[in-house]
Amino acid sequence: MSILVNSSTKVLCQGFTGKQGSFHSEQALAYGTKMVGGVTPGKGGQSHLGLPVFNTMREAVKQTAATASVIYVPPAFAADSILEACDAGVGLIICITEGIPVLDMLNVKAALKANGARLIGPNCPGVITPDECKIGIMPGSIHLRGKVGIVSRSGTLTYEAVHQTTALKLGQSTCVGIGGDPIKGLNFIECLQMFEADAETEAIIMVGEIGGSDEEAAAEYIKSHISKPVAAYIAGQTAPAGKRMGHAGAIISGGSGKAADKIRALELAGAVVASSPAGLGEAVLAAIMHKAG
Amino acid sequence: MNLHEYQAKTLLQKYGIPVPRGQVISVAKQTPTVTSEIDSPAWVVKAQVHAGGRGKAGGVKVVKSTAEAQMVASELLGKTLVTYQNAPDGQPVNQVLIEETLPIARELYLSMLVDRSLERIVVVASSAGGMDIEEIAQVSPEKILQEVCSPLNGLVDYQARNLAFKLDLVGDQIAAFSRLLKGLYRLFKENDLALLEINPLIVTTDGKLFALDCKMSVDDNALYRQKALAEQRDWSQEDSKEAVAHHAGLNYIALNGNIGCMVNGAGLAMATMDLIKLHGGAPANFLDVGGGATAETVTKAFKIIMADPNVKAILVNIFGGIMRCDIIAEGIITAVKDVGMQIPVIVRLEGTNVELGKQMLQSSGLNIISADGLTDAAKQAVLSVA
Repeated sequence: MSILVNSSTKVLCQGFTGKQGSFHSEQALAYGTKMVGGVTPGKGGQSHLGLPVFNTMREAVKQTAATASVIYVPPAFAADSILEACDAGVGLIICITEGIPVLDMLNVKAALKANGARLIGPNCPGVITPDECKIGIMPGSIHLRGKVGIVSRSGTLTYEAVHQTTALKLGQSTCVGIGGDPIKGLNFIECLQMFEADAETEAIIMVGEIGGSDEEAAAEYIKSHISKPVAAYIAGQTAPAGKRMGHAGAIISGGSGKAADKIRALELAGAVVASSPAGLGEAVLAAIMHKAG
Repeated sequence: MNLHEYQAKTLLQKYGIPVPRGQVISVAKQTPTVTSEIDSPAWVVKAQVHAGGRGKAGGVKVVKSTAEAQMVASELLGKTLVTYQNAPDGQPVNQVLIEETLPIARELYLSMLVDRSLERIVVVASSAGGMDIEEIAQVSPEKILQEVCSPLNGLVDYQARNLAFKLDLVGDQIAAFSRLLKGLYRLFKENDLALLEINPLIVTTDGKLFALDCKMSVDDNALYRQKALAEQRDWSQEDSKEAVAHHAGLNYIALNGNIGCMVNGAGLAMATMDLIKLHGGAPANFLDVGGGATAETVTKAFKIIMADPNVKAILVNIFGGIMRCDIIAEGIITAVKDVGMQIPVIVRLEGTNVELGKQMLQSSGLNIISADGLTDAAKQAVLSVA
């Protein structure tokens, strides 16, 4: 088992024939992801990477029975792409695009809620279930199928967590990059809930960062709903207040969103919090040992 | 991106929101023209900088005569104003706003922002205007009022009334407040604002509402479609190195330490700063070079880091991802040669072909230290500046 995606997930790519869409679709195909086609308006009827290209998502879903879609279109068009996927009935939408205006995302979130579709991202690396399905820009080669579920607001810190759990031969069940934007799709709590219910996941790594209060909310949830060992890391302990640290969502404002508050909340919830990004592997081992008593 | 008060007030006027009569000047000798055009018993001269706390820092002064106004204007213009928000560096005052004074009966607080957890635009109001909202939240949280706007209906009349009655507005003020609030909501949406704050919103002794001070910031992600606002950006208010980095397409934030950082990915870049601190050092900056750490972007990044005279060593931390480590190593070597780097560069690479990449760095004959993993990299960097 795993969460969100597996070998039977049928994936469409929006922005399929573009530079990013082409490159990462090729990588996904090489990894074994069941890509079934893509959409580029105006290029319908053509073939790209041996797969059909469609003009609209509605047509693409009808022809391919796709269950997931990955979006590599520029920020000005990305909200429209999410809405199109949602309207076409795709259950899982993964948006890699960085830089979508916040007000667009407010409308998108309302539409997703009305349709019951799941969004991962935007501004994220995507989702991977090792050896089965890779959707996004992460390097497939560093993954090892195994027992740790990873959820993270940062792309490269997800890779650190993967790298360390692979080196320790723990491996990963599924890794979800939820993205660095303030308004996003799946959040920590939904992922924690899915990992808790997933038989293959034996431990969870959660990587957060400054800004907002999602980590504090996740800590509350861990306290009451998660029986599996949880290790965590929070980036941005040295970040100055009032500055946006790369990610649109990574900002300490009005005294809230500080790393120290998030670390304290997670520790109180029983998570093992690594003091260094190099300590994620050891932290998850410690969490597992601790739960085992 | 932040707007100046005078820019924000021009926008307010466009949306029918009453503001005091005023004019912005950049040369003190323009003062008499302004005071003769704006008839008032006294005027207020306000330094235009992107920071709160101007009043306490001497950046806002009430004056009784044209001569006094001109004196204050000439004192402020060209000066660097240091407030509790922008200390210790402060920001340059290139314009002052001269406004009429109004007879104040009450000071209210009003703001609009995107609430991350509610995922809605939220209106915040309070009868305790003039204070910082953080201060109100501490001293009298019961005085903070809130209305949440639905994406479908926006801000509707009853919500404005809810606030108006709670703020103890009376008579015509209720309708005036409703009009003002709906204008603000339109302004917020049409200009892709991230924050709009009017503090204080005053009620004059004759019962009229005016936005006495205003702060606005625009969503950076929306600047591509807010070209008129983007053109109003005042780079003099931002760190000069950050401004250069922005124009080079790099995400850079200046800090106070002496170890420069160049990292791919925002999360890892923050984590690298934390790691330096954890091992007893101090990071000089945040810098995310993004996914494609090519020779060109690395060179640009090195130049920006080196523009900070405090930097004594540079820590490069790249998780290769899909890009191969040997290609990244080649980029780093080219960049170190190009820039003519004199200080040590500590490099931590991870990903595909990592061994080949490390070997290339080691045998480059340059002042490059190839580290074994994250911790080693941080330790070596701290050691190199000790």
